[in-house]
Amino acid sequence: MSEGTFTAFLSSGVRFATPLAYAALGELVVERTGVINIGLEGAIIGGAFGALVFAGAGGAPLGFAGAALVGMLVATIFASFVIALKTDQIITGTAMSMFGLGLTGTLYRSIYGTAGASLHTPTIAPVPVPVLSSIPFIGPALFNQPVVTYALYAIVPALAWWFYRSTGGLALRAVGENPEAASAAGISPARVQWIALLFGGAMGGLSGGTLVLAQVGTFSEGMSAGRGFIAIAIVVLGRWTPWGVAGAALIFGGASALQTLAQTTGWTMPYQLPLAFPYVLTLILLATARGRSAAPAALGQRVS
Amino acid sequence: MSVFSRAARSQASASVAAALLALAAVAIVVIAGGYDLGHAATAMWTGSAGSAYSLFSGTLLRATPLIIVGLAIAVAFQAGVLNIGADGQLLAGAAATIATGLAMAAAPGWISIPLELLAGILAGAAWAAIAAVLKRRFGVLEVISTLMLNYVALFAVGILIYGPLQEPTHVYPETAPLAVSARLPVIIAGQRLHVGFVLAIALAVGIWWFMRSTAAGFRVRVAGAGAAAAASAGRVNVERVVFRSFLASGALAGLGGAVQVTGVTYKLFENFSPGYGYTAIAVALLARLNPLAVIVAGIFFGALEAGGAGMQRDAGVPSGFVFVIEALVILGVLAVDRARAVAASRAEPLGEEAVA
Amino acid sequence: MTDPAFALSLRDVAKRFGKSVALDGARFDVRAGTLHALLGENGAGKTTLMRIAFGMLRADGGTVASNGTARQWRSSADAIAAGIGMVHQHFLLVPAMTVAENVALGAGGPIGRFDPAVAAARVTTIGVETGLVLEPQARAADLPVGAQQRLEIVKALARNAKILILDEPTAVLTPAESRELYAWLRGFVARGNTVVLITHKVREALAIADDVTVLRRGKTVLSRATAGLDEAAVIAAMVGTLSDDVTHLAIGTHATGAAVLSLDRVSVIDDRGVSRLRDVSLDIHAGEIVGIAGIEGSGQRELVRVLAGRLAPSVGTARIPSHVGFVPEDRLRDALIPAMSLVENLALKEAGSARGVMNWSGIELRARDVVRDYDVRTGSVDLSAASLSGGNQQKFVLGRELDASPDALVVENPVRGLDIRAAAHVAGALRAARAAGVAVAVYSSDLDEVLSLADRMLVCFDGRVAVTRVEADAVSRALVGLT
Repeated sequence: MSEGTFTAFLSSGVRFATPLAYAALGELVVERTGVINIGLEGAIIGGAFGALVFAGAGGAPLGFAGAALVGMLVATIFASFVIALKTDQIITGTAMSMFGLGLTGTLYRSIYGTAGASLHTPTIAPVPVPVLSSIPFIGPALFNQPVVTYALYAIVPALAWWFYRSTGGLALRAVGENPEAASAAGISPARVQWIALLFGGAMGGLSGGTLVLAQVGTFSEGMSAGRGFIAIAIVVLGRWTPWGVAGAALIFGGASALQTLAQTTGWTMPYQLPLAFPYVLTLILLATARGRSAAPAALGQRVS
Repeated sequence: MSVFSRAARSQASASVAAALLALAAVAIVVIAGGYDLGHAATAMWTGSAGSAYSLFSGTLLRATPLIIVGLAIAVAFQAGVLNIGADGQLLAGAAATIATGLAMAAAPGWISIPLELLAGILAGAAWAAIAAVLKRRFGVLEVISTLMLNYVALFAVGILIYGPLQEPTHVYPETAPLAVSARLPVIIAGQRLHVGFVLAIALAVGIWWFMRSTAAGFRVRVAGAGAAAAASAGRVNVERVVFRSFLASGALAGLGGAVQVTGVTYKLFENFSPGYGYTAIAVALLARLNPLAVIVAGIFFGALEAGGAGMQRDAGVPSGFVFVIEALVILGVLAVDRARAVAASRAEPLGEEAVA
Repeated sequence: MTDPAFALSLRDVAKRFGKSVALDGARFDVRAGTLHALLGENGAGKTTLMRIAFGMLRADGGTVASNGTARQWRSSADAIAAGIGMVHQHFLLVPAMTVAENVALGAGGPIGRFDPAVAAARVTTIGVETGLVLEPQARAADLPVGAQQRLEIVKALARNAKILILDEPTAVLTPAESRELYAWLRGFVARGNTVVLITHKVREALAIADDVTVLRRGKTVLSRATAGLDEAAVIAAMVGTLSDDVTHLAIGTHATGAAVLSLDRVSVIDDRGVSRLRDVSLDIHAGEIVGIAGIEGSGQRELVRVLAGRLAPSVGTARIPSHVGFVPEDRLRDALIPAMSLVENLALKEAGSARGVMNWSGIELRARDVVRDYDVRTGSVDLSAASLSGGNQQKFVLGRELDASPDALVVENPVRGLDIRAAAHVAGALRAARAAGVAVAVYSSDLDEVLSLADRMLVCFDGRVAVTRVEADAVSRALVGLT
């Protein structure tokens, strides 16, 4: 494979992986407190819509801020049901996804018309990093991306540091393993879960914002395309660690990028195969003991 | 419990309340969007029940898969299985059905149709079995595994309709249509409502009877409602009961896919399922997992969707909000349930001994 | 008012859980610099009282004071800050985390620094200072039980606990580990700290404690220094005064039949590898009530379940008929499905073996019979089991088990939480079952109760079973291993 082709493939992979990574990192923090947020899809699509609306008012930076805000709003509704009312996480999450998808579609048509003509919003362009973007093979792929991708290069190590080198991260992990023990140590599991959900919502919103403001340049109904659910798979594949999740996001992104690669090199395998591969891998990982033991012990238990 | 017991009546009233709240939310959205409420309401009515066509070929036609898949969810939830994979099981069923049907194009209907449906049932059960085995042998949370399998099913169908099952001209991403003999007969002349609807009703009644009248059905209910007591007091093999219920749920979802293929679409294509597996959760919850009530809830949601399409056509209100209503219904039912549970535990304490 | 010489002082403490009274004006004063044993039978209120002292629960009434200052804990964080540490009966560790992480948990805010090396050093330092040595990088889940308990203590010491509360610490330790722990506790106290030891092991408590307090049914019944105190008096305070008629009632002539429940050299080893029953052989015959006594952890729980056919022996054979009625202690979890109706709960009994169609009208009639015969106060058999009071639930469960005409019946703490009338009903039902030829085994942690019912007594101690006379003194001695 030529350098150009490989670089194009990697670049495309990083591009696909960026919104996935935002969503998955947010879900990682949430799941580490023992909560499964299937409603993440609602946060992503809500963030996408929010990005469109706010960017229309004040440009891309405001668009991203708006995306995060809407994502947090969706997370607030979810948290109110799951933590305060102690409703079932899965059913509530499913409802939130449906809610987000339906509401954004409705509002989009109502506000911007039903003509089907897409409304364009200016997207942020890739910004090449001097020197680094000239590295052979990987330079242009990793360092000629929009700033949202670069932000991830800071977020992932920061999150890793915070998880394992801060007392807050220790407390968060304890809540997901044994909330009673955390409580006996003076930590409030409910408060930790609330904060985690707000963070997860913001990240989900940013994921949607990335789709609109850094990639597609417009909003369309259902454009989140199940990324919220994919994020859950990414967290599993990444074995619930920040670097693992970043790597798994790259695998999923690469799988999507394989499509374009296949087209340019003339492979004849069905494009669905590489797309399906990460999901199958996740299932296999789940079945092996190592995959299972990596999950936070209290994951999915009803909040008490 | 008895359909008319006090507890059942109070649950039903909560569901009705949730449904009414949802409709009120619709009205608010319509007004807020600047649409004419009267116009929209009329459009909704005509779209769902205002004419014979809208009733039979709109509401009831759309209700059919919702009832069948709603039953799949109800059975799973009653056993305590969180089956979020009905969409994937439905696709597996649809794929098996179309493959069978295309292979039997020359056979008479009374042979091909039952076999098609059977193929759908078996494929749906097999797809669910993957997650069921992962749960039983490896302790995998079925929530995650069934979600993954939804995607794998989606891709598998994609491979099929671009590959071995693609229509003969190899232009469109879909299968060839079923021969007329392999299609479900229509039950009302001039309408599109097919035998599948009758099948759905019969299934609902049958499952209702099964759950309340048979020992096996009782075992499913106790395994879901109190696994520890079922095992200790009832000597029930909870693991086995749960496993079988999981498979049964998949079988029903697969049948839902089979019925859609043989009764409505006559072929398989991308985006075959507009999220039946998720809507069915709303249907099952609204029906409080009671199979007979699933009929009512399924028709209610069918009416919503048909009416929604009508509202979009005639009054310009976007149809996407049907999803919003469904979500509000779920949230409403959840909230009412929990509020009741909290109130009950405060008012009439159970006197459970503390650790002393 | 509050005496500064008391490290901990709780007065007039009241606490209810729903309708059941856990504490009823209990009083507990701990002199600073002493080792104080808090004794009482299962259900007496010991853990509840100490959880209130530690801020995990809030009392309904009464006062809490530590080191002479009145306290209003909002949570255990406040108690920890005031120098109180608690080692719980069921460890509250994070299994997946290391020793060092478990010790560091809870200190510091959201973005405080956590340095594994510093945390590990802390563990080592505490190990050197106190003699409680642990490997900082070891995962908590991998530690043996004795080490896990050391970890619980180290956690408390790391937060500078000066008052250490331990809840049944030796329940899961070998005798050698227990001795080590007690020696360490005495040393801890000698250095000027205070220890509260919640236990039911009378002999050990008297051997190492300076003072002792006994709780019974939520009230303080004894509180004094251990010097000169004898075991019998303590046990009598724990299990209640016995009236003479009790022993007379137990003597009766019953024609007993064949052995229905037979255990032959049965041992039970739990999934942690701990031996719960050792080499037990016994028979229970038709037409007799065998009383089982045993302090918590003595193997009584396993014995009950083996007899009921719900637990298979690890070694040896248990010949148990297929129809054994069982009334377990935790009825809301193991005997009833609270959300279902009484009719359905009756049907639950046969759920595993029923075939074909359910005869609901027949089951409903039987439910009505049970409700009538066992004096279950309810408006209708269609109401949920959760709507019944505890006593009525218990009567219903007993009625259901007996309604199936079992060959044997095993009951566990049958009258706990029941008022006098309900308790009398239950006792009467058990006697009636005996008269009908059922082999009955009754376990109760209340000695009065089991003595009033039993024809024969079996006492569990340390996994073994001893036969004793049906007489309070003999049983009390066997309970603590003196035979």
